[in-house]
Amino acid sequence: MPEKQIAKFSVTHLQVLDEKGKVDAALEPDLGQEQAVEMYRWMRLARTLDERMLKLQRQGRLGTFPPCTGHEAVSIPVGLAMKKGDWFAGAFRELGTRLVRGEPLTNTLHYYNGWEEGNILPDADLRILPTSVVIGCQIEHAAGLAYAAKYRGTDEAVVTFIGDGGTSEGSFHEGLNFAAVWKAPMVAIVQNNQWAISIPRETQTASETLAQKGIAYGIPVIQVDGNDPLAVWVAVNEALDRARAGDGPTLIEAVTYRLMMHTTADDPTKYRQSADEEAAWAKEPLIRTRKWLANKGWWDDAREEKLLAECKEQVDAAVEEFETPVERAHDESFRHVYGTEHAVIREQHEDFLANQEREGQRG
Amino acid sequence: MAKLNMVQAINLALAQEMEKDADVLVLGQDVAVDGGVFRVTDGLLEKFGDQRVVDTPLAESGIIGSSIGMAMAGLKPVCEMQFSGFSYLMMGQFEAHATRMRSRTHGQITLPMVIRMPFGGGVRALEHHSESREVLFAHLPGAKVVIPSGPRNARALLVAAIRDPDPVVFMEPKHSYRAFREEVPDAEETLPVGKCQVVQEGTDLTVISWGAMMRPALKAAAEIEKRRGTSVEIIDVQTIAPLDAHTIAESVRKTGRCVIVQEAPRSYGASGEIVAQINDRALMHLEAPVKRLTGYDVVTPYFGREKSYLPNAERVVAGMEETLDF
Ligand SMILES: Cc1ncc(C[n+]2csc(CCOP(=O)(O)OP(=O)(O)O)c2C)c(N)n1
Ligand SMILES: [Mg+2]
Repeated sequence: MPEKQIAKFSVTHLQVLDEKGKVDAALEPDLGQEQAVEMYRWMRLARTLDERMLKLQRQGRLGTFPPCTGHEAVSIPVGLAMKKGDWFAGAFRELGTRLVRGEPLTNTLHYYNGWEEGNILPDADLRILPTSVVIGCQIEHAAGLAYAAKYRGTDEAVVTFIGDGGTSEGSFHEGLNFAAVWKAPMVAIVQNNQWAISIPRETQTASETLAQKGIAYGIPVIQVDGNDPLAVWVAVNEALDRARAGDGPTLIEAVTYRLMMHTTADDPTKYRQSADEEAAWAKEPLIRTRKWLANKGWWDDAREEKLLAECKEQVDAAVEEFETPVERAHDESFRHVYGTEHAVIREQHEDFLANQEREGQRG
Repeated sequence: MAKLNMVQAINLALAQEMEKDADVLVLGQDVAVDGGVFRVTDGLLEKFGDQRVVDTPLAESGIIGSSIGMAMAGLKPVCEMQFSGFSYLMMGQFEAHATRMRSRTHGQITLPMVIRMPFGGGVRALEHHSESREVLFAHLPGAKVVIPSGPRNARALLVAAIRDPDPVVFMEPKHSYRAFREEVPDAEETLPVGKCQVVQEGTDLTVISWGAMMRPALKAAAEIEKRRGTSVEIIDVQTIAPLDAHTIAESVRKTGRCVIVQEAPRSYGASGEIVAQINDRALMHLEAPVKRLTGYDVVTPYFGREKSYLPNAERVVAGMEETLDF
């Protein structure tokens, strides 16, 4: 009985637009000027808001938050590729997708300033789930959402995100396996930014790629340059088409870099070299996207300047709205414990109000 | 003697125990190179190397499950859950194995391990980072749950927890991490696991609390002494499970009045168990119903509404007055 090879696997890496702005014409998606510019505008807006949030946080005007700078080439094309009716079950480093999907800028600001109001969408039909602080859980939710879409016979798809660190959690594996077994319309994106707080990618897993983890569950996988919005665009559209066609989930590993601190409470100088950060900045996504647009004749300095001004204006307006004082009832929590009335909650609510009466409302 | 905050005191306990016993090791997310997100394990990697201070992959169940294996092999792992809010992902391992192995094997396999985790509110943290859920662990037979309230007892209790023959969940009130300093002796000091500590003796009223709530409890006790000349006995529970009901009952038999301060939600909290123990052991000595000042049965609000949710000294004083005037 000779040994024989019974299975063989490989992982493809896709890059369309390199860091110098050079595009592979054979792979280049047909975006068209309007859509291409639109993509860049969203990337710039997400970056502008992220940078402003860091300032606000440092000035004590915002709580702790995880900066998303450098992740725009993943989050923006994914958001743009999604359709109305699709669900977004994100992790916590996809500010761009939230904005593109229609979440107001002020939601993110309120959320990171300690208010549940930041989780509430202007319209539930936007189908953006709250941030998944507990890492990994969202992949399983996505599998369930995708099951429901299939059950109802819609062509809706579910997009979920996780970080490189998150791929170590059981939930990641369980969620992928469920979606795969169910052939459910789910697209899982691993935002591999090389770091999980202080833990580098090599300490996180002995796997050569994160994409290959999907192979174990029998689903198509691909690794893309996560600083290249065109590669992400191509991969996510293929995956969404597959999902809508009833061909099940896909795992996309997007290789990027966490250019900033993990959260504003973190100090990366404890665990990584600034030289590595500088090297990563040279590959960041906005510069190459702008070059690509310019090479196409769709962009120039004047348009850039105008865009920067517009983004600033939009962020200014959001911050102004965010900082406009509003009276918020502090007993709100009591109204949302259950969907039914119960004396235990009612009595405690009364006790709480009596305390507030005596002490005054505290922040 | 040095004046240390709780972070430094816990670090001292870890370093000294690792120095003494080569079987003690530390593992968890970001505990080695980063020194822990709160810097509790800072410097241990440099002192003891990466075989004893281990940065793990991001998986709570993996951390506890592998710690159980290490403990079965005779090591004494001190593992860290980065925040208690993520510890629920290890509950399967904890309930099915950590708490039961001794019983299942009639003591042949034992698990000398410590699970450290910061918990509790008051630091304007992100969602899922501010809960007090000690009873989720305390309810499980075989689980020991220890909660320090200050630098000095944190150090002494952690040393005892590491030497304890059973799994100890060591919950660190993160609000107290850097809130104040205390003299912590350099020389070894331990406090027993499974005992309450009477931190102030008195005759008129017993005040019982633990963890971060000891601060408002102490403040309220000082206020009520000043206002009414009440002689207050103060008990720091320190071990939630198994509960030292004896010390509590003895105090209440003496004072006849009792106030309990608890950060966690009210229903099924440790304060409920304490009241039940008082009923069993000291009911006929009570001169007033036992008063509980607690959090509410709501999902811990995000930090914009956190302060009005957390029990505070004012609320405790009002509760004391009610009990004294009964
Ligand atoms: C279950 C769980 N464990 C631990 C944490 C604490 N934590 C928050 S972010 C993080 C690292 C995440 O790394 P990665 O998945 O790579 O995402 P990134 O932060 O790089 O976007 C950790 C350990 C958490 N939020 N949830
Ligand atoms: Mg990461």
